[in-house]
Parts: sequence; C-alpha cells; structure tokens
Amino acid sequence: MSEILTFSTDETRPDRAAVFENQGIPAGAGVTQDVKALYDAALRLLGEVAAPRGMFTEMSKTDFAVVYSGEGRNEPRTPIGDIFGRADDLALFAVTLGERVGREITQRFQSNELALGAMLDSAASAAADKLAELVETRFGEALPADGRGATSTGVLRYSPGYCGWDISGQKKLFEFLHPERIGIALRESFLMEPLKSVSGVLIAGPKEIHDVEMSYPFCDRCDTRGCRERIRALLAE
Amino acid sequence: MDLLAEISNNLLDGEDERVAELTQAAIDQGLPPKRILDDGLIAGMDIVGQRFKTHEIYLPEVLLAARAMYAGMDRLKPLLLKEGIPSIGTVVLGSVQGDLHDIGKNLVGIMLKGAGFEVIDLGTDVPPERFVETARQHDALVIGMSALLTTTMPAMKNVVDLLNEQGLTGKVKTIIGGAPISADFAREIGADAHGYDAGNAVERVKGLVGR
Repeated sequence: MSEILTFSTDETRPDRAAVFENQGIPAGAGVTQDVKALYDAALRLLGEVAAPRGMFTEMSKTDFAVVYSGEGRNEPRTPIGDIFGRADDLALFAVTLGERVGREITQRFQSNELALGAMLDSAASAAADKLAELVETRFGEALPADGRGATSTGVLRYSPGYCGWDISGQKKLFEFLHPERIGIALRESFLMEPLKSVSGVLIAGPKEIHDVEMSYPFCDRCDTRGCRERIRALLAE
Repeated sequence: MDLLAEISNNLLDGEDERVAELTQAAIDQGLPPKRILDDGLIAGMDIVGQRFKTHEIYLPEVLLAARAMYAGMDRLKPLLLKEGIPSIGTVVLGSVQGDLHDIGKNLVGIMLKGAGFEVIDLGTDVPPERFVETARQHDALVIGMSALLTTTMPAMKNVVDLLNEQGLTGKVKTIIGGAPISADFAREIGADAHGYDAGNAVERVKGLVGR
C-alpha cells in the first residue's frame, strides 16, 4: 500500500493553542490585540503560501529493521526498537508544506518583520504536525477494517531525531521512501528541505504497544512532551 | 516626559515608527548617541527582558519591541560608527549541525543586540568549523549554540573541542542553550556557560565578557 496525498490549507490550518504553545505562550494566558492580529496575519499568509502534500508506503518489519538501523548511531535502547516488533503494520511517511513557506519566513525576518516571521514559523510548524497527523489518520483508515484496522488498533508516528532514533536515520528512510516525489530533499546534515517537512514511521498495532514507560536514558534530557501527549490521546480513544 | 524615557516607553509598546522619530529628535537635539543608545534603546530592551523573564510578556511582544529597537538603531548606528563607539563585543550564534530549531536562538540574538552586543547569527544546521572560523574572523568573544534535539546535543561538544584544538579555549567563551540542555551537560562538555532562557543567556554572556 502506497499513497501520495494532497491536502487543502484549511485541513492543515493549525489550532491557535498549538501556535501559541510554539511561541512560548502558555494555555490560558491573556494575549494582546497586537498578538491576536499577528496570529491572524500569519495564518492568512500560511494559507496563501502553503502547499500541503504527504505520502506513505507500507513496509515489512524486516525492511523497517534495515531502515531503523540507519547509520548505526541510534541509542542502544529506544521506544521504537521496543515497539515495532509487536506492530501489525508499518509504513514510512513524509509530509511537507512546500518551499514557499520557508521562503516567506526568511523574507519576513530579512525585512525586519520579526514578530510576524516568528508567528508564521510557529504556525507552519504546527501545520506540519497537523499534516503528519492527517497522514497518520489516512494510513489508519486504509488498514483493513477486520483485524488490522480494528478499533483496538492504534497508529502513532515516530521521527528520526527523536526518541533515540538518530537524525542520520533519515538517509535510509529517504532511500526506501523517496520523498523527492513530493518535493522533499535531504541535506548532507540529514535535515529536510523544505524545512517545514516531517518524516518518520507510522506504527500500527494494538494500542497498548505504544504505552511504553518513558524511562529511557535520553528521556531525562528531553523536554519534548509531544510523545506522551500523543500516547495519552491514543489510549483515551 | 524626558525624550529618552519616551523612546523607552514607545519601544516597549513596539511603536517602531515613533521610536525612529524620537531617536531622530534626540539626535537633532544634540544628545550624545551613546546616551541615546544606553538610556533610550537599551534601557527599553532591559525592561522588555525583565518583563519577558517574569512572563508579563511573551515572544511576540519581545519581537515587536526588537523591531522598534532596530528602527531606532538604524538612525543611531551611523553616528555610533562615526564616533568610533565600539559594541560590548561580538557573539557568534547558531543552531548546531543537524538542528533547524531557531526560535529560542533568534530571541537570544535579538536580546543580545538589545543589550549592545554585535551579533553574527549563522542560522541553523551550522557545522562546528563554521562557528570557529567565524569567531576567529570577527574576533568574537563568545560562541552561543542552541539545540532542541537530544540527538544534536553532541555537536556542541564538537565546537568546544575544535576551539580547544585551535588554542582558542578561554579566548572565545562558549554558551549553550535549548530545551534539552542543562548546566550539568554544559559542564560535561566543557562549555563555559548554560543559558536556561533568553534573558538568562544575555546575563550569562555579559558575565562571560566581564560586564
């Protein structure tokens, strides 16, 4: 199973809370009219320049083991390493908002529109996450409704650079998935171009396989709470 | 109201055009450029930094204030250069190799400029050699590195090691920051300081250069 998907900018319109969180504004904090106006302007701009696309390709556990081993730089023990063997289905995925978004952000900073540039950057990051979530949902929906796609099945995404999966893992991921087909290139440093892109693996299986104890050595140093929130939301479904 | 206080107040409100006008008025009145800088623009950014630290304001307000500060600086900079008034020092900033997250780093850069430093921002995904080369070329006093990903943290040590190899340890100080970075990690890799947020980073950089 392999799909290339196109989404509208309305579908990937980020939630205000997610954008403000990226700006360091805590939930429930009062914001001024100036900040609200910046948010509106950033979303308008994003709607004009974003071209959301995504793709996923199903793969076997054997193939994924090769992708996941990457360049041999992963942490010795990782959540993905503990989970994927128990999965029912795996797929590599990539999404992008397109190159115009990055150009627009850079241009805003260069023209000294710092606050608008930063708000657009935060909005684009939240939109890219939402886009990844949409692809995750599409993959879940594409699974057969009997058995593998049953309601007890949960799909979650994991990306190189996080949870002990070294960023150099992008190299093999690109070799298998070919995100170039939706306009994403890989830099020498393993970062993606356009920058507002997300890649990784979608792991489908009984929901409880994702409920790992976050006691890996690198979790102590990690301030990213997204994984915990996603697991909580999945288990609550 | 005193003209310099008015500059500060308008800077706090992010009124860039007004700050530019008031700065020009202060110049036209013959006030020394260094005084306009210190008691108008930097004084305003100091208050912005304090308010940000105590969560009275957030990133967007800081950036609106920064734009106002730049508007004032555009008027002031030619005069400061003409009078040969040096900046406090040069800081080279960047997100380390493999990391593209830069909001925190951008904010540190803006607040360092607001505190009177010359800032060379190398952007994101910066290789160690580029940090060190740039610091050497510009006689920078400090290299500031940012990382959000735990997997890119080791790149910070590569910069510290490279400075050591090139005999620059002590001459060019290092400060690191970012969500997963701790003071313990800074000590572990031999960095000179850790900034836990943008305001703290500016204080630590001032400390590193003896201000």
